[in-house]
Amino acid sequence: MTDITFSIDGRTVTATSGQTILGACNNEGVETPTLCWAPNLTPVNVCRVCVVEVVGSRTLVPSCSRTVEEGMEVLTDSERVRHSRKMVLEFLGSGVDLSQADGLQVWSERYGADPDRYVEPQKMDEEVKIQDNLYVRDYDKCVLCYKCVEACGDDAQHTFAIAVAGRGFGARISTEFDVALPESACVYCGNCVGVCPTGALQFTTEFNLRQAGNWLPETQSVTRTVCSYCGVGCNLELHVQDEKIVKVTSPADHSVTSGHLCIKGRFGWNYVQPS
Amino acid sequence: MADLHFTADRATAAEQAAIDSALLALGIDAATIVEDERVVRGGVGRRNERRHGLLPGLHALQRVSGWITPGGLNHLCAQLGVPPAEAYGVASFYDLFRTEDPGHTDSVHHVCIDVACQIAGAEERVAELEAAGHHVHRSPCLGQCERPVAVFVQGRGGEDVVPIDETEPTGSGSIPQRYDPTLVLLARVGRIDPTSLDSYVGAGGYKALAQAFTRGPAGVIDEIIASGLSGRGGAAFPTGVKLRAVAAEPGPRYVVANADESEPGTFKDRIVMENDPFAVVEALTIAGFAAGAAKGWIYIRGEYPLATRRLQAAVDAARVAGFLGERIARSSFSFDVEIRRGAGAYICGEETALFSSLEGFRGEPRQKPPFPTTHGLFGRPTAVNNPETLLNLLEIVSRGGGAYAAIGTEASRGRKLFCVSGDVGAPGLYEVPFGPTLREVLDLAGGVDGQLQAVLLGGAAGSFVRPDQLDVPLTFEGTREAGLSLGSGVVMAFNQAVDLAGVVIRIAEFFRDESCGQCVPCRVGAVRQHELLVRTGTRLTPPELVLLDDMDRAMKDASICGLGHTACTAVRSAFSLGLLESSANGGRK
Ligand SMILES: Cc1cc2nc3c(=O)[nH]c(=O)nc-3n(C[C@H](O)[C@H](O)[C@H](O)COP(=O)(O)O)c2cc1C
Ligand code: SF4
Ligand code: SF4
Ligand code: SF4
Ligand code: FES
Ligand code: FES
Repeated sequence: MTDITFSIDGRTVTATSGQTILGACNNEGVETPTLCWAPNLTPVNVCRVCVVEVVGSRTLVPSCSRTVEEGMEVLTDSERVRHSRKMVLEFLGSGVDLSQADGLQVWSERYGADPDRYVEPQKMDEEVKIQDNLYVRDYDKCVLCYKCVEACGDDAQHTFAIAVAGRGFGARISTEFDVALPESACVYCGNCVGVCPTGALQFTTEFNLRQAGNWLPETQSVTRTVCSYCGVGCNLELHVQDEKIVKVTSPADHSVTSGHLCIKGRFGWNYVQPS
Repeated sequence: MADLHFTADRATAAEQAAIDSALLALGIDAATIVEDERVVRGGVGRRNERRHGLLPGLHALQRVSGWITPGGLNHLCAQLGVPPAEAYGVASFYDLFRTEDPGHTDSVHHVCIDVACQIAGAEERVAELEAAGHHVHRSPCLGQCERPVAVFVQGRGGEDVVPIDETEPTGSGSIPQRYDPTLVLLARVGRIDPTSLDSYVGAGGYKALAQAFTRGPAGVIDEIIASGLSGRGGAAFPTGVKLRAVAAEPGPRYVVANADESEPGTFKDRIVMENDPFAVVEALTIAGFAAGAAKGWIYIRGEYPLATRRLQAAVDAARVAGFLGERIARSSFSFDVEIRRGAGAYICGEETALFSSLEGFRGEPRQKPPFPTTHGLFGRPTAVNNPETLLNLLEIVSRGGGAYAAIGTEASRGRKLFCVSGDVGAPGLYEVPFGPTLREVLDLAGGVDGQLQAVLLGGAAGSFVRPDQLDVPLTFEGTREAGLSLGSGVVMAFNQAVDLAGVVIRIAEFFRDESCGQCVPCRVGAVRQHELLVRTGTRLTPPELVLLDDMDRAMKDASICGLGHTACTAVRSAFSLGLLESSANGGRK
């Protein structure tokens, strides 16, 4: 691990070799929007909302996957960067329901994204998929960040129940031939739900509460505990509203889970509460 | 195997046989993953070892059943150890694979509706074929732009064919310069029997390889660098530098001929591969020798059945004669070539998308760096070159880099193939030493038919040129200075009768259809651009022009690959040159 000296927005900084520009920005307190990046997944650099300018590079570069190099001059707030981030947010907003996408609203406002500039834009236009009583898939909210695919596949679960199918704007997250989840390879670990940044994948409990207008995050408490099913020691975060568990997550930086669970820890908590 | 989950659908006996024999041809025998083997090297490693069999297996299934059936896909997945959801994701990526039952058992006529065919009456041809009872699929450019309207018939049960190949097998009308003794790249085209190795050797074939062995790998690379040869596939990267970079990396290394040729207006590689296939194989062998490659691959677009057959026959004949295989021509160099068919996706011509596709993944480009010279096919150092680029190696190795460099201009050495189509007297493939202007190339092709309205230079990813700009030299530097690009050598002329608005809208539609969908700027931007042009009929208000500019800048700056970077270029050039002011709607005015 050698030290790399480079600059962010004119400030000289050091980072270790192999670190991403995003990692260095985070260390320096330079805030960067991300959508397809997560600390517990391999970067796929597809959403392009995190792009930065590297002086001398013909195009902008994705900060989430590009590693720092000696002498690199990184600009995170140049006109080019602001423009592309704005357009990415605007493009997404024009076709996808971002109402439950955490944090994107703030960035959209900051960069002045205006999805209403597009007249009758084609949308995702998908029916909500309710195929079991554990979680709901609402692909109108899907930004195709590949996170669920990664969590279901090589990055965590190795079940490969879902993949990106189709091409271009017709690309969708899908099982083979779009068969219903219970007929697919899905083992209901909920790891896809855990990483989805837009609410496209959602616990049925959360979905129903939202439908009823009763989803009240400000009233919820989060209790950390250890899963009681087996001896692995997965940490659980129980999200509780009105004295009822409404969803379960695990911290992405937890040494045992890296944020990922199995069906028991994720969904098997009904016994805790009287029905 | 036990790791994978399958639906209850089962393959028919015919599907099983077709898939198994396609895989066997690749050296992948029936699934024999025994229990202890799985324990030792199960899971991901095993899956990725066989995964390259996916595309050939899908082709076999599509041919035998007319679509990718759930049962057939299950069988293929079981053989390869690939999860069905991922295989479905791959199958649904390609135009040539149907993932829904077509409800009939006939062949499908793919009719080109891209620009050269659009202005030659593509929709009329579609109507004719439909009236004759054929199943028609509207296709992007089929690489036969010199003979519009292009048709490709996707067989059901049998071979795919291009009907005109059956009547005019060497595409005689496509090479107006043929028999001209000054030709070098096209010297053998039409003169030799493309199905005969003897005929090729009789015309001087395989002399260059012998000379390459004499020069040694480093010597060959020195000559290529001295020649100043740069890539003809669009990016104009110096070929010698690329080969040297790969040679310097640890093995195994690969060389790849990128014969995906799908840039609208481009048909040069098809004509070369159909008429001089041994030359492509010999040139790839020389590139492999220079790079110290273990193996060469030819990735050819799925809509080129004749070129595929000819190349495959050439590879087989070369192997029998000892020009491929162990210790080629009694040298110490061992090298073989494998041909893989694409399945209808322009993006798979982008070099990293090509790797993904060949490896059995969705044809999605990868972020660069890392570059193919270090992380290419199967993660190994790889040199990807266009067939036309490779063809130049024969002359460079034979005559030396210095002699080659004496031809052409300062920054554009050697000779260039131009694909001339549209409203000219004699559309076809033309070879010239670098230097002539656009006007001279148009004149070579029989001049403009009617009064010139505009030229599309470099393909859909290129730019329009106005009639008062015809003196631009068609060299890398000449076009760069004029803010243009040679691209893949496309020169498409439009006379005053052409509805340019319709042409521009079709170009936007092409990018909308061909975006892989991976990155947001291109996936959404290409759709919004097309919507805007359709809605306005290309008559944009000032705020709409700003919007177009905004989209273009973001796609150029933030997209992953060259498709997104260039998806607005031609459209914007039409506006900035003022070409769209006087257009009406329809194929012809
Ligand atoms: C969308 C896209 C499509 C491409 N299609 C082709 C193609 O069909 N054939 C080709 O040789 N190069 C194509 N390229 C360029 C390749 O990425 C690569 O630069 C080229 O094959 C290198 O060969 P060369 O150096 O001999 O030109 C394409 C690039 C992009 C971005
Ligand atoms: S619940 Fe688990 S197995 Fe099912 S799709 Fe999501 S990640 Fe894959
Ligand atoms: S469902 Fe969620 S995690 Fe999956 S691609 Fe869509 S937005 Fe990303
Ligand atoms: S620019 Fe377009 S084609 Fe290239 S990776 Fe992005 S979406 Fe795919
Ligand atoms: S967060 Fe970097 S590209 Fe999506
Ligand atoms: S074959 Fe129709 S435009 Fe190329």
